[in-house]
Amino acid sequence: MAKKSFRQAINEALRQEMERDHRVVIMGEDIAGGMGAPGEQDAWGGPLGVTKGLMPQFGRDRVLDTPITESAFIGAAAGAAATGLRPVAELMFVDFMGVCFDQIFNQAAKFKYMFGGKAITPLTIRTMYGAGFRAASQHSQCLYPLFTHIPGLKVVIPSNAYEAKGLLIQAIRDDDPVIFFEHKMMYDEEWDVPDEPYTIPFGEANVTREGDDVTIIAFGRMVNVANEAADNLEKAGISCTVVDPRTTSPLDRDTILETAEETGRVVVVDEAHPRCSMASDIASLCAQEIFGALKAPIKMVTAPHSPVPFSPALEDLYIPNAAKIEAAVRDVMGSSTARAAE
Amino acid sequence: MQLSREDLLQAYRKMRMIREFEDAVHEEFSAGNIPGFVHLYAGEEASGVGVCMHLDDRDAIASTHRGHGHCIAKNCDERGMMFEIFGRKEGLCGGKGGSMHIADLSKGMMGANGIVGGGPPLICGAALSAKTLKTGGVAVAFVGDGASNQGTTFESYNLAKVWNLPAIFVVEDNGYAESTASTWSVAGSQVERAKGFGMKSYEVDGHDFFAVWEAAREAIEQARNGGGPSLLHVKLNRYYGHFEGDAISYKAPGEIEAIKAAKDSLMIFRNRVSEAGLLDGAAMDAVDKECREKIAQCVVEAKAGAMPTEADLLTDVYTSAY
Repeated sequence: MAKKSFRQAINEALRQEMERDHRVVIMGEDIAGGMGAPGEQDAWGGPLGVTKGLMPQFGRDRVLDTPITESAFIGAAAGAAATGLRPVAELMFVDFMGVCFDQIFNQAAKFKYMFGGKAITPLTIRTMYGAGFRAASQHSQCLYPLFTHIPGLKVVIPSNAYEAKGLLIQAIRDDDPVIFFEHKMMYDEEWDVPDEPYTIPFGEANVTREGDDVTIIAFGRMVNVANEAADNLEKAGISCTVVDPRTTSPLDRDTILETAEETGRVVVVDEAHPRCSMASDIASLCAQEIFGALKAPIKMVTAPHSPVPFSPALEDLYIPNAAKIEAAVRDVMGSSTARAAE
Repeated sequence: MQLSREDLLQAYRKMRMIREFEDAVHEEFSAGNIPGFVHLYAGEEASGVGVCMHLDDRDAIASTHRGHGHCIAKNCDERGMMFEIFGRKEGLCGGKGGSMHIADLSKGMMGANGIVGGGPPLICGAALSAKTLKTGGVAVAFVGDGASNQGTTFESYNLAKVWNLPAIFVVEDNGYAESTASTWSVAGSQVERAKGFGMKSYEVDGHDFFAVWEAAREAIEQARNGGGPSLLHVKLNRYYGHFEGDAISYKAPGEIEAIKAAKDSLMIFRNRVSEAGLLDGAAMDAVDKECREKIAQCVVEAKAGAMPTEADLLTDVYTSAY
């Protein structure tokens, strides 16, 4: 199987779905680039080159560069989805949701319910998230908990290139609005990715490794960091299960609870802030549903409750890493040992 | 294109139906029979009907919080609307939307909207669908003078022009955004704003069905022929408050009564067609009776309609199992 980057996998998913269904159109700021300009067309192919080559193949009618006007084009994508197209809109950085959120959470998310079920909104919004790029506070956030809170939206956080292709094709074929999160530090990461189109269903977690001692639940880029930590811990004689929920909405509660119950120790890893987050959500879920099976308090490894800093020295402190996850795992192992000794 | 006798009767029927509908909702709300918020369109009938007479099911409209008139003008079922406003299961949206969210996509009615300025971006999308799928359709965003100041509206003017969309923006300026006068809240003028975006624009007397109909005909024809977006600034008046329960103390004493006496859209229509010998009074009286009886029957049935039940609470959130 061919190695493909996260960027290539997403590009391939878009290309194959646009070939398959003429109703799929893509739009966003500079997704081709060079619109109206005297120089190169398809100059950018998206700010990080993810959509490069799609405009030459499908033309300007289906690869729509937009003015920098997120409310209008995200809303237009919602309106187009309700009237027969299957748009994939690119919100360049998820941090920009602040200027267009109404069109997502009050409009697209609610059409189906408000209209008594007589609407479909097959809208996909692709958006970049995450820290590590030294992009500072307004270009580095992990805002998926805000979308996960909204009934009517589906929220997808792929953890590698294979996942990205299958989940994006699923998103485009889904009849509900989907917010698709792409970690900007992952675009060059390579993975085995099949050439043919395939889908990965939403709400079905992927257990990336199985262990006996601790269950680690991690999201997006943090899945790989959690696996790195689990590798290190294995050498120290601690075996971990790592769960990638793939989607925060819907959430595969069953797999999370079953794997957590098996080990009795839970660490949740999330690059988002700790309050009202996926980490706190899953900690709450485990506390409510499997309290009796827990051998130690649940631990959360998250970014702190602060904006994302600019200085590399600070940003590196801010982002959860393998060492922090390992410390949390040792902590829950230690506290359960202490509890057993009492 | 001229209006046939049938067209004229249909225009009058739609306008009268809206008036009867809104008067009935006013009464029922005052009696405490309708939950939530309602915002009534009475007085503005010539605008919605004058525009929508040119549209069919392939054309989309986005409405406002004051949406009942647009729904009726776009051929939504009045009975289903009344059930919806009463929160009944048989409502057009199963009782889940209510007055501010009535929609029927099969009729191209993309919803009343509880967010001021929520509609124009959606209409850019509907216009994009029509253009991309080559349906020949156009899309119309109704906004009030309040929404005309929202960024979403300006962004949509820009996007519609940049993408050359078959979109029409109808600014229904009833003089007041909630309690605030549009003479104070709107800087510059609506038509000059449109010109700033390179759009053709029309200043229209919204009490006069024929004026609206004529301007809309031009704008919609231009959009259908690939000529891009345009804007109608429709000046009119609302007979009730911003919402039902509004004491309307911000208007001058006698302001509404004076408008009703001098510029009522139904009265103007009747006088014009009678003087021109196009329709006779008896035919219009028959329409009045038909509409009054129909709406009265809708109210009776809606009041007796079944409420949704707990089984309905969590349906329609997603298309697939969640």
